Amino acid sequence: MSTAKEIVSFRNVAKKYRGGSIGVENINVTIKEGEFVCFIGTSGSGKTTTMRMINRMIDPSKGKITFKGHNIRHYDPVRLRRTIGYVIQNNGLMPHMTIQENITLVPKLLKWPQEKMDKKAHELIKLADLPESYLDRYPAELSGGQQQRIGVVRALAADQDLILMDEPFGALDPITRDDLQELIKHLQEELGKTIVFVTHDMDEALKLATHIVIMDSGHVIQDDTPDNILQHPANDFVKDLLGEERLLQAQQNTLSVSDIMSTNPAKITLGKSLAEAIRTMSLRHVDYLLVTDDDNKLKGYIDLETINERYSKDASVSDIYNRTRMKFNKDSYLRDTSEKILKQGYKYVPIVDKDNYLIGTVTRASLVNIIYDAIWGKEELDNPDEIKLPASIAKGSDKS
Amino acid sequence: MINFLNQHGSELIIKTWEQIYISALALFLGIIVAVPLGIILTRYEKTAKYVMSISSMLQTIPSLALLTLMIPIFGIGKLPSIVALFIYSLLPILRNTYIGMNKVNKNLIDAAKGLGMTTAQSIFKVEIPMAMPIIMAGVRLSAVYVISWSTLASYIGAGGLGDFIFNGLNLYNPALIIGGTIPVSILAILTDYLLGKFEKKVTPITKSGVKK
Repeated sequence: MSTAKEIVSFRNVAKKYRGGSIGVENINVTIKEGEFVCFIGTSGSGKTTTMRMINRMIDPSKGKITFKGHNIRHYDPVRLRRTIGYVIQNNGLMPHMTIQENITLVPKLLKWPQEKMDKKAHELIKLADLPESYLDRYPAELSGGQQQRIGVVRALAADQDLILMDEPFGALDPITRDDLQELIKHLQEELGKTIVFVTHDMDEALKLATHIVIMDSGHVIQDDTPDNILQHPANDFVKDLLGEERLLQAQQNTLSVSDIMSTNPAKITLGKSLAEAIRTMSLRHVDYLLVTDDDNKLKGYIDLETINERYSKDASVSDIYNRTRMKFNKDSYLRDTSEKILKQGYKYVPIVDKDNYLIGTVTRASLVNIIYDAIWGKEELDNPDEIKLPASIAKGSDKS
Repeated sequence: MINFLNQHGSELIIKTWEQIYISALALFLGIIVAVPLGIILTRYEKTAKYVMSISSMLQTIPSLALLTLMIPIFGIGKLPSIVALFIYSLLPILRNTYIGMNKVNKNLIDAAKGLGMTTAQSIFKVEIPMAMPIIMAGVRLSAVYVISWSTLASYIGAGGLGDFIFNGLNLYNPALIIGGTIPVSILAILTDYLLGKFEKKVTPITKSGVKK
């Protein structure tokens, strides 16, 4: 990440409003390509002002802001805004335009040919995971979450590399918000977009950001990665913002999945016969095998039940294996993944590196150990009879 | 009735035409002045207050007095009537345009700007379409006012259906009064109906499958 090119930089930027009230002061932030930057702070902290200065919705009264190496003052504001994606809280879809017209609003301003715009609209509605028939509908006919999906993909219509988002999910319910967070995380991770995201929700920031800028009354308080902020909060303000609970958790939750995975997963390659698969299973005492190709790239899994149902002498693993339901990157944090594994009842989850090479598995059993440690502490239990239940569990057991 | 039509039929057509001519011209002038003015005023909040109060004040001048006041400036005939009626048509259109434009969701304007629309694009592609129902309501109100008040214009020699009514008053002839009044009412109702149709046509669609 440190070798990435910078895309936006703030140098000694200040904004004073007429009448002398200070918007922001002394802002020095560098945003690199491919980063997910969250500006976080209470209302009035200047986070939105700072973001809006990037596309010249607000002009700074002092200092210099660069975009792709050039001072933004040298860009025509209208043209600058067309090259930077923009998503606002209440989706900002034009109610009198169809979804297609909304999506292709910027391309239309850029006078793209109709064909290219049609193609883009179809491409983006797929990205938003909505049916193509929605293109002819009007925003009022979509749910709030669907509207914001359109609002998000609209920001990509002219292939913008940088997308500004101003509390885009503030008005959505938690489940819809989760879905949309996945969508924009995908944009950043898979499509390499740089995202500048304004929020006041610390959970959201910690979940999404690779770079967090904490602001208070117009000043940058801390500008660092989420981990460094959790491990070394700059001052009491940051500690308050994070909250006692998160700081405590942070101590335990910096484990990544690769720290606890088993590096010797039970696996088999695509070409092997089913008889061989059964043999491997019995050898390893498991009822499933991960399936990889010859290069050790993860393809899916095969379990005893499937073999049982569909066994035939000539069949090979490649005929009956199932596609992967869930996998994690080796660098994902346990705090983000453990809940998914436990709640959805997977016995194991394959762990892959960024090129999808299988490097291990995390089993339910190993996770339970970690969580057990987190609740009970790591002390040895000399006398199991004298265990005192932790407060949260003890309360529940009183009733029974 | 047939008698009345036999006697005054051709005159009725001419007078109705005059009425339409005067009102339409006054309304047309009102629209081309008040709509742009209303839009410009949304960009100058302070000036807007003054302009609004001035146009409200003009509205309070009794119509007969306003028509008479035009005589020293424009003489008698159609021109002073058109000017006077134009002044009357201003306020409802101006006020509705101003309110309509101001009521456009600020989020949409912010989005339009943030996506890279110029001010003109934002006004023509977003703000005016959104404000259209309210602007049109003002136009319809003005239209009905102007049509009914243009009967008074006959008092300063502009012609129109008012001639029937004033003649009827002078000659104590109720048939003439009614013969002048009914066409005016029909005209006003018909205009309002047609403008209503037009309003539906220019109001942007926000739901698919709704035929308008």
